[in-house]
Amino acid sequence: MTATLDKPDGSKDGKKNKGVPAVASRPPRWWLLLGRDTMAAVAAVVLGLVLLTALIGPLLLGDAAVRQDLSASLRPPSFDHGITGLLGTDILGRSVLARLVEAAGTTLSVAIPAVLCSLFIGSAVGMWAGFHGGRRENIAMRVADVILSFPSLLLAVVVLYVFEPSVANIVLILAVARIPIYLRTARAEAAELKSRLFVDAARTFGTTSWATIYRHILPIALPTLLTVATLDFCFVMLTESSLSFLGIGIQPPDVSWGLMVAQGRQFLQTAWWIAVLPGVAIVITTVSATILAAWVRLATDPAQRWRLTLPKNKRGKRTPEVSA
Amino acid sequence: MTTFLRKRIVSSAIPLVVVVLGVFVLARLTGNPVDLYLPLSATPEQRAAFSAANGFDQPILVQLWDYLGQVVQLDFGESLRTGQSAGEMVLEAFPATLQLAAVTMLIAIVGAVLIGSLAAYRPNSLADRTSSFLSMTAASIPDFWFAIMGVLVFGVSLGILPTSGVVGGPEVWVLPIATLLIRPFGVLVQVVRGSMVAALSAPYVKVARSKGASEPRVVFGHALRNATMPVLTVAGDLTIGLVNGAVVVETIFGWPGIGKLMIDSILQRDFAVLQAAVLLTAVTIFVLNILIDVCYALLDARVRQAVPA
Repeated sequence: MTATLDKPDGSKDGKKNKGVPAVASRPPRWWLLLGRDTMAAVAAVVLGLVLLTALIGPLLLGDAAVRQDLSASLRPPSFDHGITGLLGTDILGRSVLARLVEAAGTTLSVAIPAVLCSLFIGSAVGMWAGFHGGRRENIAMRVADVILSFPSLLLAVVVLYVFEPSVANIVLILAVARIPIYLRTARAEAAELKSRLFVDAARTFGTTSWATIYRHILPIALPTLLTVATLDFCFVMLTESSLSFLGIGIQPPDVSWGLMVAQGRQFLQTAWWIAVLPGVAIVITTVSATILAAWVRLATDPAQRWRLTLPKNKRGKRTPEVSA
Repeated sequence: MTTFLRKRIVSSAIPLVVVVLGVFVLARLTGNPVDLYLPLSATPEQRAAFSAANGFDQPILVQLWDYLGQVVQLDFGESLRTGQSAGEMVLEAFPATLQLAAVTMLIAIVGAVLIGSLAAYRPNSLADRTSSFLSMTAASIPDFWFAIMGVLVFGVSLGILPTSGVVGGPEVWVLPIATLLIRPFGVLVQVVRGSMVAALSAPYVKVARSKGASEPRVVFGHALRNATMPVLTVAGDLTIGLVNGAVVVETIFGWPGIGKLMIDSILQRDFAVLQAAVLLTAVTIFVLNILIDVCYALLDARVRQAVPA
């Protein structure tokens, strides 16, 4: 990430940091910036843990997520039954902890591909439209308007009734619903950059339009697009869990956090942990992604990054807006 | 101004038409209603008669043409479920959703402007960091889970709020509105804060202060007016997104609105009602977009001039 940023940012960063001798002219490594911001560091660690759990958790817990034990039905969270009983059991005696781990994998395997697909397609079409302008731009923006002017959940509901609600279809519908966000951002960046001198120079040398977009426009637009993608990860996760909750997302025997909330809803009065805990997992993950997105926005913006390089106790006082 | 409006109406109408056509085609793809409404033992003749009576035996283009012809005459067909006019059913459900959405957005916008401005007034202060963290959390909480937690705490444990229905005093409104409110509110606080921080450090704010304007006047009179544009854009998008929330909230709380009607009619393959409901939603969003554009033009002279006559 930082490699693409070094060039365009270096000079500006130096100017902004005139009064701060501790900072070299080249931008600091991103993990040092992350260490400066405690909240963002915690958020990054949490997201890393969720990813790690989703990857290796199922291997460690084996079939605990599907193993039924009716004698252990609706057991509350306790330390008496080993690691699988830590967070209680559901009506069929399945371990809630093991199911949470299993669901983390499903949830991420929907959210990550959906975000990557919409990021890739939306950015490519958006930069292409913004770079060329004219009719191509108009058509792309109209299509984006059409998708955006329709509530995404309703679109998903209708489409998922036509095709069966499999993981691939959910990824597809979420990706399509989110493409306009990237398309608009990428188009705005490309439209502004296309009249810059270095793009003119590339055009004069006979560079093809795709090479110009890849070499000269993408590196500058990428930080903004990545920020949008981090924030969007939240939205996609929430939509997936809403769909699963309404019964048209992930289908049993697969399990996702939203589906677990739906399954636990009928036991709300007798076994609160079945519905409450998956929701807590969703909140922790999405809040972490939001906090990290706020940090990415700051760290990739050359005009704001200096705030992260200041010693913590001085950060508030150095902010120019506080002069009032 | 009239030219500006005419252009905006034409360009906003294209999505409207596409959405209506798209839903018509998609609804036809969701499955054959004949299988759902007739018993398994129905003879082929009965099936054919049912299809012919409802027009399902025609080619899809003919069905579409008939449908458009009826819509122009404000005839939306009849519900397969109840036999009631689809237009009537939708119009009956619409006010419930509209009230819910209007109250929610009003609270969200007023509250977000107050709290966001307060946070932006002293960036990085304790109030700012607290409100930033809380608004981020609010924007990231799944609404259906929040609703269930509300039911668990206030309905089941404390027993002070009803868990579903619309009959009763103001207390039936609390949980549905709180659920719908949480996401728009969290997002709006962040947007208001962001654009107010920028506006408060602009030169015209210094000018206003130096000529002796009071602080409330500087913040709400000078800075807020210029910080309104991004807030307006996001508030518009959030209002459209409120339909998503309405589906969830109305399902959980048994609120007889248009979101519940849509989910029910999809589940029951009730095409006429679904189409009427989607059409009404699309028209509402269309009107909303026009209103937002008019607000833009009223707030900012540059927008009016940017559209060539």
